[in-house]
Amino acid sequence: MAPAVRFVNVSRHFGLIRAVDDVTLDIAEGEFFAMLGPSGSGKTTCLRLIAGFEQPDEGHIEIFGETAEGVPPYKRNVNTVFQDYALFPHLTVGENVAYGLRIKHVGKAEREHKARDALAMVKLAGYDDRRPAQLSGGQRQRVALARALVNGPKVLLLDEPLGALDLKLREQMQEELKALQDDLGITFVFVTHDQGEALSMADRVAIFNDGRIVQVGSPTEVYEKPQSRFVADFVGSSNLLAPAIAASHGGTAKWTSLRPEKVGVFKVDTEVKPSQAHFDGEIKMVGYQGAVTRFGVEAEGVRLSAEVPAEAGAGFDQGDRVRLIWPKSAMVALEDAP
Amino acid sequence: MSQTVTAERDGLFDRLSDLFVARPKLLTFVLLLPPLLWIGIVYVGSLFALLLQSFYSLDDFSGLVVHEFTLSTYAELFEPANLQIILRTVLMATMVTITCAIIAFPIAYYAARYARGWTKALFYLAVMMPLWSSYLVKIYAWKLILAKEGIITWFAELLHLTLPLNWILALPVVGGPSLSFSYIGTYLVFVYIWIPYMILPIQAALERVPVNYIEASADLGADPRQTFWTVIFPLALPGIIAGSIFTFSLTLGDYIVPTIVGNSRLMIGQAVYTLQGTAGNIPLAAAFTVVPMVIMAFYLWMAKRMGAFDVL
Repeated sequence: MAPAVRFVNVSRHFGLIRAVDDVTLDIAEGEFFAMLGPSGSGKTTCLRLIAGFEQPDEGHIEIFGETAEGVPPYKRNVNTVFQDYALFPHLTVGENVAYGLRIKHVGKAEREHKARDALAMVKLAGYDDRRPAQLSGGQRQRVALARALVNGPKVLLLDEPLGALDLKLREQMQEELKALQDDLGITFVFVTHDQGEALSMADRVAIFNDGRIVQVGSPTEVYEKPQSRFVADFVGSSNLLAPAIAASHGGTAKWTSLRPEKVGVFKVDTEVKPSQAHFDGEIKMVGYQGAVTRFGVEAEGVRLSAEVPAEAGAGFDQGDRVRLIWPKSAMVALEDAP
Repeated sequence: MSQTVTAERDGLFDRLSDLFVARPKLLTFVLLLPPLLWIGIVYVGSLFALLLQSFYSLDDFSGLVVHEFTLSTYAELFEPANLQIILRTVLMATMVTITCAIIAFPIAYYAARYARGWTKALFYLAVMMPLWSSYLVKIYAWKLILAKEGIITWFAELLHLTLPLNWILALPVVGGPSLSFSYIGTYLVFVYIWIPYMILPIQAALERVPVNYIEASADLGADPRQTFWTVIFPLALPGIIAGSIFTFSLTLGDYIVPTIVGNSRLMIGQAVYTLQGTAGNIPLAAAFTVVPMVIMAFYLWMAKRMGAFDVL
């Protein structure tokens, strides 16, 4: 079966800037796919290429096995939830949701019925007659979602849809989006710069940097087995050990990633097992974060972070000399050139 | 301890600033008072005086104004000759407005959507520059362009189009001995001088339509034509209405253009000018000026009822 979306060596330039640079990618049908990267990394341009707002300068795009080049957005069976929702201010909520059906000349009774169903699906039943301006940010987001889904797209594109919401609402919407995608079984392509969002929702994540995909994999893969310094640093946080330091602390002579939560903080006389590595230094920073405490430990110009449960870190304070201990298996050798 | 948390301030301006910061409404009031007085007394006052005059009448024998309340002056408006003046003017204003809207929209659309940097500057310059030169000079220039020996005739001869030009001039009512002595000429000059007042509001309205509305519409399956009629046009409508208020009311009230370019049949502005001058019939002149106001009020009410301002 053809993938929902296929990119083959796709590039898109804006003047001298290569916004998307030689991207090759398959997104399977029914997949919840996240495109993660810092701003300006090309993820949104990729989404716009799928929607048809941009055309590739080089390469080839297929949607369900059909060539997408030259096909305008209004002839593609994909729908977009825009970053700032783009609800039409001159139409009511109901009219906004029914817009796509009205364009397809669906009868008035049927499209009103479907629009009501779609609004009920996003928990906004009874909001038909309001204006977008009368809604809160979270409600607008739901309307935008209903307006896209009512058309029955085969692929739903979401451009940082939760970016404008506050933290609580964002977490709630993450769960709802995930549940919705499970129910509908359609392909979701989700653009975000929030790594937590990408890891918690997606089946697979593509990490973008400078217009290129630097790694694709399941959330566990990209978190546990980052292949480059960029991924190790961008997805979660990471201690990046230079090859020499890594080699002298239980690893190999390569750039190495070590997650702070794998590192324990102990007294300097603690015994180290053969399967473990250690690093002695002075606590330069203590960051209490509620559930966990983060320590910055420094010695001979090298600084490592450790993140331990708050109770385990309770006895240590700034200026204390401590021993950091971690299992050697927690050290992930990266593919960057030494 | 002699130090306090507040800094020393005792100058007059310091005290004034403190007062205004403490009472922001007072500042608004002080700033608004002069313009409100101006509008209230000079503008609304004279409007009221005008309205009052229209309820008086002219004594036909003495030629003096009778200062008694009557509706007879308004009844005079409905005499065939006067009614014709009103209909002629309204028809002209309607045609000018529709033409201005049709010509202005693409220009405004281009300026709002595509013009950037120097092309935008050029747009503003091109739209505004005609407004810098004298209104009279422009109209006389047009008279020369449209005259029998003018540029248009010359050009028509050059292109062997004299025959179609003569057909146009031979048209009943709108034609005439030359373009500069016909309704067509009046109409062309009106369209020319009022078009900036149509372009700018439409451009301002279109400027506020974000590109992503257009993308969202395309995303939901609308081709460019559907997007235009369902998204762009409704959102530009307040701008078109604003522009049409300018072109419509300016045409309704103007008396210089039809005097210089056109035939001898009067428009409302000319009627007012003649009546208050040589005829000394101030009441009927006042009643004539009320006509455009009533028409505009009705027009705005209709526009509002049809939902033209819902987006605002």
